[in-house]
Amino acid sequence: MTDMTAATPAKSPSASEARTRRRNASERRFRLMGLIAVAIGVLALVGLLVSIFANGASTFRQTYITLDIYLDPARLDKSGARDIEEISKVSTFGYAPLIEDSLAAAMAERGLTGIDADDAADLISGEEPAMLRRYVLNDPSQIGETVEFNLLASGRIDGYYKGRVTMASAELDRNVSPEQLMLADELKEAGILTTRFNWDFFTNPDASDTRPEAAGLGVAILGSLYMMLIVLVLSLPIGVAASIYLEEFAPRNRLTDLIEVNIANLAAVPSIVFGILGLAVFINFVGLPQSAPVVGGLVLTLMTLPTIIIATRAALKAVPPSIRDAALGVGASKMQAIFHHVVPLAMPGILTGTIIGLAQALGETAPLLLIGMVAFVREYPAGPPEGFFDPASALPVQVYNWTQRGDPAFFERASGAIIVLLVFLLFMNLIAIILRRRFERRW
Amino acid sequence: MKKYLGSCAVAAIMMATSGVAAARDQIQIAGSSTVLPYASIVAEAFGENFEHPTPVVESGGSGAGRKKLCEGVGENTIDIANSSSRISQSDIDTCKANGVAEIQEVRIGYDGIVFASDINGAEYAFTPADWHAALAAKVVKDGKLVENPNKNWSDIRSDLPEQPILAFIPGTKHGTREVFDEKVIVAGCEENGTFEALAAENAGDKKAAAKACMQLRTDGVSVDIDGDYTETLSRIDANKNAIGVFGLSFYQNNTDKLRVATMGGVEPTVETIAAGEYPVSRPLYFYVKNAHLDVIPGLQEYVEFFVSDEIAGPNGPLAEYGLVSDPELAKTQEAVKNRTPMGSLN
Repeated sequence: MTDMTAATPAKSPSASEARTRRRNASERRFRLMGLIAVAIGVLALVGLLVSIFANGASTFRQTYITLDIYLDPARLDKSGARDIEEISKVSTFGYAPLIEDSLAAAMAERGLTGIDADDAADLISGEEPAMLRRYVLNDPSQIGETVEFNLLASGRIDGYYKGRVTMASAELDRNVSPEQLMLADELKEAGILTTRFNWDFFTNPDASDTRPEAAGLGVAILGSLYMMLIVLVLSLPIGVAASIYLEEFAPRNRLTDLIEVNIANLAAVPSIVFGILGLAVFINFVGLPQSAPVVGGLVLTLMTLPTIIIATRAALKAVPPSIRDAALGVGASKMQAIFHHVVPLAMPGILTGTIIGLAQALGETAPLLLIGMVAFVREYPAGPPEGFFDPASALPVQVYNWTQRGDPAFFERASGAIIVLLVFLLFMNLIAIILRRRFERRW
Repeated sequence: MKKYLGSCAVAAIMMATSGVAAARDQIQIAGSSTVLPYASIVAEAFGENFEHPTPVVESGGSGAGRKKLCEGVGENTIDIANSSSRISQSDIDTCKANGVAEIQEVRIGYDGIVFASDINGAEYAFTPADWHAALAAKVVKDGKLVENPNKNWSDIRSDLPEQPILAFIPGTKHGTREVFDEKVIVAGCEENGTFEALAAENAGDKKAAAKACMQLRTDGVSVDIDGDYTETLSRIDANKNAIGVFGLSFYQNNTDKLRVATMGGVEPTVETIAAGEYPVSRPLYFYVKNAHLDVIPGLQEYVEFFVSDEIAGPNGPLAEYGLVSDPELAKTQEAVKNRTPMGSLN
């Protein structure tokens, strides 16, 4: 016994030291693993952002050609009566020569030759005759005048200044020739061709496969905005009311258990299921129009509700019972206790849940597929509330549509649209954080 | 959850009553993703040149489009279904059963299916027989039916490049696959004599033989692409030896990245397909619900505009994008003007 007691003090410092070292080492290992996990996440995010921005950043600049166009009465209004009926009979095919002529004139003035007028005219987007026609029909008194226009350069020319098209690739490309690129360079030197910030990308509607340069997000942004409005207006009150009832008032029995399980289940149901439901209920049964934001909004509301309910219930549960008890103790009714004390405290959590739900809904395409919103839509929907019933597209739908198209210029646009979508999400999350801070400060 | 569904439905109905009063003034189109680019080009030009708003064009596939067309008559059903294959009798029957009595069939032109590889790779000159020998599960070798042993293109024909066989072909859900099976694989099967061997094995049953012809090998040499042509293109970009199946218009938009192969000695162009020299092509259609013609404003104009010479003719924007103009366009224009409904097939 004695030598044991003699041995133990001699051994114990080193043993406890070894134990401490081991514990410290394991902590260091865990920290390192955590750091690696974070690094992998950050790396993946950076990789994603870099690839999107590398492909899409150039979308926000666009090449334009500035020309003085003579609105020739001999072509646009043969009778000379300035009768709108007569003028509107001239189709966009009749406006194309005006642009061709004015480009030829601009080239002749600067002594640019070596390319025939037809090929030169291909430098300008097919969208522009339509723009010119709209301009003239809006204001027929301009016929006979010479007006300066900023015309979109065609997709390949635009791609040339963004590095997508090169002289070597133009050699092989049946849609553009090296001569056209050289002409573009000469026009650039003459100051006719310029590259500027691309506001049109945010306001233009979608364009057909032959005009990637004119395609924009206008209709998609409006459609997404309308849908988010509907989702917010419907799912926030319904979701919050449901969770308050379930959390604070509902008796705990089989039925409420069943509801609870179902809500948790619904949150994990694939979103396309809600699309099928939307088609069956809102379009086929209720008779709402196809491709309309109202149907999209309703479907996304159904999809978002479980998320909001779960988040709200968790936030309500997190409020300490002492608050409730104190309120009831000073004589507040149950409803007063909840609305004056519990809900304001739970508000940051509720808002976070709502915004997460909305963000999820904003990025959703699958349910929209079945209700006809994955479509080529060029007409802007009207202002709300009528606009809720007009056909519209949505931001993720636009990304999906553009990645499917043949012209590589659409790939750039798709990446650009993703950037816009990311900015939207960032904006929403920022609002959530700001609101959360505000509510938190009050308590 | 029922409660929330109920409240949503109530909200929906309340919103609906305020909006449904206004009649739909936009044409609704759905269907084939092959026809979609052409339909959107026409829809865009239509919106620019007519008083009517630009039609809404959905994709989603030929079959889905036709099914939607046959759902019934009314404002919340579509007006036109685009289709890259002909409507089937069962579709027509469904239409009839749902009260869609008259539908017009409009053939807009032909779509070429091309075989292309990386621009910097070897040049290929194929025949359908080569493709069957490359991809079929069973081929005839030395007079016997054996599991496909071919590894390189040069194993099939010595004048083909010595490249490993790797093909990206459209998945079975694509309409393009049907044409590929019929005009390349089965045609090649007959050409290289495998068909006879298979027919003999199946006791002379030609249907079974054709079906056996279409059995493709499953050792990773033939890869089904269920996505679209952009996916095939990026797969080729990653796999420079591979050959992909594309639509003519897609190839024409990417001539700087793809090298097209000849088929039976003919290069696919709008001209060779129109002349019937290039063997792999198919007609494209759209189907119009006649009951909607006088109800949806602009529908008749849209249909006539689509098949007009300035749009669908050989010098129109559709041909420029890669659609092979229909030599019988004048007949179609006449039929469209008279709103001639299609009869039953067969």
